[in-house]
Amino acid sequence: MIWVNTVLQGILLGGYYALFAAGLSLMFGVMRLVNLAHGDLAVLAAFGSVVLVDQAHLNAWATLIVVVPLMAVIGYLLQRYLLNLTVGVTPLASILVTFGLSIIISNALLQVFSADSRGLQAGNISIEAIGLGDGLAVGRFDVLVFGVAVVLLAGLQLFLSRTMTGRLMRACADDRQTASLMGINERHVYALATAVALATVAVAGILAGMRTQFTPTSGPMDLIFAFEAVVIGGLGSLWGTLAGGIVLGVAQTVGGQINSADQILAGHLVFLAVLAFRPRGLFGRVTVA
Amino acid sequence: MLVLTVALAFLPYVEGPGVTYQLSSLFVLVILASMWNLLAGYAGLVSIGLQGFIGIGSYSLLWLSLHGVGVYPAIPLAALISAAVALPTAFLAFRLRGGYFAIGTWVIAEVFLLIISQVNSLGAGSGASLNGLSAYSPAQRQADTYWVTLALLIAALGGIYLLLRSRLGLGLTAIRDSESAAGSLGVRVTASKLVAYLIAALGCGAAGAIMLANSLQVAPDSAFNVQWTAYMIFCVMVGGLGTIEGPVIGAIIFFALQYWLSSYGVWYLILLGVIAIIMTVRLRQGIWGLLTTRTRVSLFPVGYRVDVTAPASAERSAPAASMTGTDAAGNPGSPPPGIDTRDGHD
Repeated sequence: MIWVNTVLQGILLGGYYALFAAGLSLMFGVMRLVNLAHGDLAVLAAFGSVVLVDQAHLNAWATLIVVVPLMAVIGYLLQRYLLNLTVGVTPLASILVTFGLSIIISNALLQVFSADSRGLQAGNISIEAIGLGDGLAVGRFDVLVFGVAVVLLAGLQLFLSRTMTGRLMRACADDRQTASLMGINERHVYALATAVALATVAVAGILAGMRTQFTPTSGPMDLIFAFEAVVIGGLGSLWGTLAGGIVLGVAQTVGGQINSADQILAGHLVFLAVLAFRPRGLFGRVTVA
Repeated sequence: MLVLTVALAFLPYVEGPGVTYQLSSLFVLVILASMWNLLAGYAGLVSIGLQGFIGIGSYSLLWLSLHGVGVYPAIPLAALISAAVALPTAFLAFRLRGGYFAIGTWVIAEVFLLIISQVNSLGAGSGASLNGLSAYSPAQRQADTYWVTLALLIAALGGIYLLLRSRLGLGLTAIRDSESAAGSLGVRVTASKLVAYLIAALGCGAAGAIMLANSLQVAPDSAFNVQWTAYMIFCVMVGGLGTIEGPVIGAIIFFALQYWLSSYGVWYLILLGVIAIIMTVRLRQGIWGLLTTRTRVSLFPVGYRVDVTAPASAERSAPAASMTGTDAAGNPGSPPPGIDTRDGHD
């Protein structure tokens, strides 16, 4: 029974990873841009919430209303005025610029908030559990986050396939030059894509901050887990990303159950095994590119 | 160059351990930056995981020393172990490309960190000290370490120079400029990249071993810290990507900045990040690239010197054979007719 519980917790943990991975996947899909500052931006959003809770005495949930649009604006400006300079040149430029951003953000946070770990209070929901009989129980908050991840991924899928802006993003992703010949302002479309991506990053960062403590330097770990979820699931598939997150989550909780020091290592090893034996990912439709 | 080398070799007789310690650290940084440059500037592989091989180098030296191998003979062995470890991981990392390759190598470095942190005989998470040099006096130890470091620096720079003048190096430069074009011209793309990756692991392993011999202490969190790669990137981007001289200049600048500014703590790191971004976006060829496009100076000539009869185009492609990658003739494998090549291939 303990193993069923472990797997169940792992599946729910996968919801977090899928939430983190959605933005990474979107930015790569539209702009072929791998954002190495992804995790640090999530931590930045979480600290934004901390400030609002401390200074404006807002409820942690209410901070979402402020921080998510704010991160979207930051994303728009970031892409429009910095990252667009690196799109389509070589992968090198975007990797280095986002890596530089990652260092700037984490050290700026370190300067302002010190290295102490912080947390966000979600209220009673974070301690309530849903009993499933037979001694099984899952946290109400974890179930909520999993639900948010599913809704968010479905929303992104609909957004990309049904809305005008989504179509423009896919057009730019497929063929940038033809899209701009058709009169699309690709710089604006890219900026919108990053805005959407950072909005999802803000949701992920704040919800993760309600679940566990975080520090200014926890960003790279978020990035690595999001990346592993994307690659395990297979690039180019949003539902694959959810599945990838679940596989990673289960690998970690099962590994942690065997030996508590091995939780993260187990996740890495499953990731490497997928790379070795299924390089297209478990559900990928395109080659790993 | 020779004069400088001789002067550096005699330095321990003139200056005390304080100076040689600092210089050893600088040399290590030059080696590291040159390795990252070999990958990113020539093989087109941007790695954020080279700290993994630094850690493997440090810990291999520690392990060899614990098993009775002398510290200085163990340094090249530690480098070889590092390259041997790199071989299987390369097959995994090479399944990813571009930015995903970068993060993939980072994950591999994290795996090394997590595994080493659980080995009790190597000090587990809290690290260990190197005792194999305790028989020597501090001054003698510092001087010996300095000479070993200097020798490895010369080996690293000389090795890269010879590599880039070889057929393989020409292939690597071609891959950097256009992977598919290089492949269609008969360059063995994956094999060439693999060689570059293994050499980078070898160099970083040697650097990691020297770092341990220099500081005598190692801990997983510092040896496998991604900050090392951030430093390498900074040195290369400031000095000049895709040149041999660039990382050397970048490392000296980085070292000076560290010396003057490290008391400012995180502001100093923020400044490094800002400079690296500005260099990447606005001044891709770095300081050395700026110098060479103006003056045609080259300390380590590895390219074709293009002498075209029309002076206007000669001006434009002065550093030749795509040293900067942006404006050189698109076809590095076979120089266009009418160009006098000083360094013949095929």
